[in-house]
Amino acid sequence: MITMNNVSKHYGSFQVLTECSTQVQKGEVIVVCGPSGSGKSTLIKVVNGLEPFQSGEIIVNGLSVGDPKTNLSKLRSMVGMVFQNFELFPHMSIIDNLCIAQTKVLHRTQEVARDKGLKLLERVGLSAQAAKFPGQLSGGQQQRVAIARALAMDPICMLFDEPTSALDPEMVNEVLDVMTELAREGMTMMCVTHEMGFAKRVASRVIFMDQGRIVEDDSKEAFFANPRSERAQQFLAKILHH
Amino acid sequence: MGYNWNWGVFLQPTASGGDTYLGWMIHGFKTTIALSLSAWLIALALGAVVGVLRTVPNKVLSGIATAYVEVFRNIPLLVQLFLWYFVMPELLPEKLGSAFKQSNPFVQQFLSSMVCLALFTSARVAEQVRSGINSLPPGQKNAGLAMGFTLSQTYRHVLLPMAVRLIVPPLTSEFLNIFKNSAVCSTIGLLELAAQGRQLVDYTAQPYESFIAVTLAYLLINVVVMFGMRWLEARVRVPGYIGGK
Repeated sequence: MITMNNVSKHYGSFQVLTECSTQVQKGEVIVVCGPSGSGKSTLIKVVNGLEPFQSGEIIVNGLSVGDPKTNLSKLRSMVGMVFQNFELFPHMSIIDNLCIAQTKVLHRTQEVARDKGLKLLERVGLSAQAAKFPGQLSGGQQQRVAIARALAMDPICMLFDEPTSALDPEMVNEVLDVMTELAREGMTMMCVTHEMGFAKRVASRVIFMDQGRIVEDDSKEAFFANPRSERAQQFLAKILHH
Repeated sequence: MGYNWNWGVFLQPTASGGDTYLGWMIHGFKTTIALSLSAWLIALALGAVVGVLRTVPNKVLSGIATAYVEVFRNIPLLVQLFLWYFVMPELLPEKLGSAFKQSNPFVQQFLSSMVCLALFTSARVAEQVRSGINSLPPGQKNAGLAMGFTLSQTYRHVLLPMAVRLIVPPLTSEFLNIFKNSAVCSTIGLLELAAQGRQLVDYTAQPYESFIAVTLAYLLINVVVMFGMRWLEARVRVPGYIGGK
C-alpha cells in the first residue's frame, strides 16, 4: 500500500532523511520510533506530501507522491492524518469539524456527512459533544475527535504523528484505546509514537530511526527482544525503564 | 478673553445663500462618511487579497504583494493624494483622462480621495491579515491540506475564518484611522467635514464653534465605529478560544 524507495530530504545543507526505504502492506500497523530529531515525523509527512523530498520515490496506493502530475489533494483525502496538537478547526463545532471535508472534498450531502460524523463520534465515545467547540474539550477528547475526523473520509490508511505526546498522562489511554481498536479492525497505520506498550500490543513492525536513517525495520518481537543496532539498544534501555 | 460666543451661527443662512451653516456641516459630515466607508470597503477587499498573497508559498505572488504593501505604506498619505489627484489623470489614456478632467469637480475630488484612502489603507489591512494568518499554529494549514483541501480551500475554510477573528481589534484602529485620514482630502478641495469647518470660519469668523462642532462630529463617528467593532468582536468570538467562554 505504501512503498518508499531511497527517499532523501534536506533543508539546505541539513539532511533530514537519508535514503529511507520501507514498505507497508495493507492491514499492517507500523510504529515509528527513535530519538527526537531523528526524522520520524518527517518520514510520516512525506507519505502524504505535506513535506516535499528531493530524491527517491514514494508510492501510495499506486500513486507517486513526488510526481508533479499527481493530484496531491486527492491523494491526501484518501490518507487520514492525526497530529500531535490535534489541529481541530477551532471556529467550527465538533460535528462541523467532521463534516466540512466530507462535503467540500468528497462532495457528500450535508445529511450523509452528518450521519457519518455522528456515527464516528459515537464510536469514539463523544456523541454528547457534537455541538461543542474544540476549545471546550479536553486534549484527549480533541484527539479522539481528530481521529474520527480523519476516519470520516474513509481513508485507505492512517498516519499518526505523535498523537499522545501533547496529552496529559491521564488522557493518553483513551486515545491509545481508540487507536488499538482501529488497528484490530485491520486499518493500515503508520504511527510515530513513544508509547512502547502500544507498539508491543498492536504493531506488526517497528521502524527505528536515528539521524534521518531507518536503522531498524523489523517485526516487533525481534525489535523488542533483540534490537540489532547499538543505538536502538540504548534507546530502548532508556525508555523501557519506566 | 474677548471672544463672542455665538452658537446661533449654525442656524444662520450662509453668505452665499440657499443653506444654513449647519446644512454645510451636515453635508461635510455625509461626505466624510461616504468617502471613508467606500474607501474602507475597497481597502478590506484589496487588503484581504494582498495579505493572503503575502503568505502563499509562490515567491512571485508573495513578492508582488510585498512590493504593493511597501509602496503604499511608505509614501506619505498627502503625497499619495496629490499623485492620484494631480498626476494620475495625466497618465490615464487620453480619452479617459480628459473625461475625468471634464467631470464635476466634486466627482474628481471624491474619486481621487477614495482611491487614495482605499489603497493606502489596504496596505495596512494587508499587514494585519498577514500577521493574523501567520499567528495561527502552523499545523492548521497542514491539517487542512491533509484533509484533502486544496490550498485555496484551506485558506477559505481553515485559515481565514480564524485569522479574521484574531485581527478584529487591530482592524478597529485601521477603521478609525480611515475617518481621521479622510481629513487630508480637504487639501485637494474636497468639502468634507474638516474643510466645511474651515470654510465656516472663513465665512463667520467663529472658529471655536466651528471646530468644536467638527471635533464632536469626528468623535461621534469614532464612538459608533468602536461600539460596532466591539459588538462584532463579541459576535464572532469562538467558544473555548482566546477570550471566548
